Amino acid sequence: MKKSTLFISAAVILLAAFVAGMLIFKSKQGEEAQQAATESRSALVRMHSPMHGPADAKVEIVEFLDPACGTCRDFYPRVKQMAEDHPGQVRVALRYAPFHANSDQVVAMLYAAGKQGKHVEALEALLAAQNDWVANHVANPERAWTHLEGLGLDMEQLRSDMNSPAVVALVRQDLDDATTMKVTATPEYFVNGKPLPTWGWEQLVTLVNEELAGAYH
Amino acid sequence: MTPTPIPQQTGWTLLFLAWLVATLSTLGALFIGEVMGHAPCILCWYQRICMFPLVLVLAAGLFPFDRRVVRYALPLAAVGLLIALFHWGVTAGLIPERVTPCSVGVPCSVDVIKLFGFVTLPLLSVLSFSTIVGLLVLTHFNKGAQ
Repeated sequence: MKKSTLFISAAVILLAAFVAGMLIFKSKQGEEAQQAATESRSALVRMHSPMHGPADAKVEIVEFLDPACGTCRDFYPRVKQMAEDHPGQVRVALRYAPFHANSDQVVAMLYAAGKQGKHVEALEALLAAQNDWVANHVANPERAWTHLEGLGLDMEQLRSDMNSPAVVALVRQDLDDATTMKVTATPEYFVNGKPLPTWGWEQLVTLVNEELAGAYH
Repeated sequence: MTPTPIPQQTGWTLLFLAWLVATLSTLGALFIGEVMGHAPCILCWYQRICMFPLVLVLAAGLFPFDRRVVRYALPLAAVGLLIALFHWGVTAGLIPERVTPCSVGVPCSVDVIKLFGFVTLPLLSVLSFSTIVGLLVLTHFNKGAQ
């Protein structure tokens, strides 16, 4: 065999094996995620999750986000906009997967703010100021704290609530459910219990449109 | 005395095998990192820095065959081997984790993959780098009649 033929066929065989392995792995992973999603729908929505949109909307997006994650910050308003674009038909439930260091304490602040009826306001204030309290993927809860001061919250109460067993349990529950749902990166979305086939904004829009077409026709 | 073209042929084959090992290791590392989604630890990154360029450098030495490619490839392979040995020592518990530079994110002492109870990624890395080093040394001394 000619040397160049040998070299090129070896390179092609290795690359083809890589691509085939990737496709097999991805489809297996997709099936597992699908299966996990159907088996554990109860882990998807909890009573404590804040919502955008009415409870009787037939298309429900569950969003697992990390307040310290940049992509989550960029996607959050677009997902919220989806609920507003389809009033009464789409709702968004927010869950947390605080994978960044110290981010769980920030999520505890949000649940504590929720006790005073300002969960979403607090989340949006923190997302807007994210650059100030997240550095090198590490959240700084003390700096995050300062961005909650303008919201008219009882800060003393907030401080004691965020360390209360009830709030800690909520954060724990979100993290446990994220594990159950095989959420490994944020943001992750489930539409009526179905995971995205592959991660991406277009895939989310497609899935939401499919569910809308199925539910309202 | 009958000079034969075989020595050069052998040199090329040895180099080709080294390239094959480097390419296999590179694709394997990319598969575990990018497809399976295991983030590489710091020590893995240093080994990748030594392994990935070998795919291109060794290929360049194959066409046309240039024995001097050993001079450029061997330092990479040798450094890679040292780091792989160190990493293997960490996972085998011979070297304590705290003296390693793995403070950020992914710990180096976690076994992502373990086959037959002892084949871990650092061990595979040690095997790849030492095979490449061996093949390169053989290529260098395989001068013969040419």
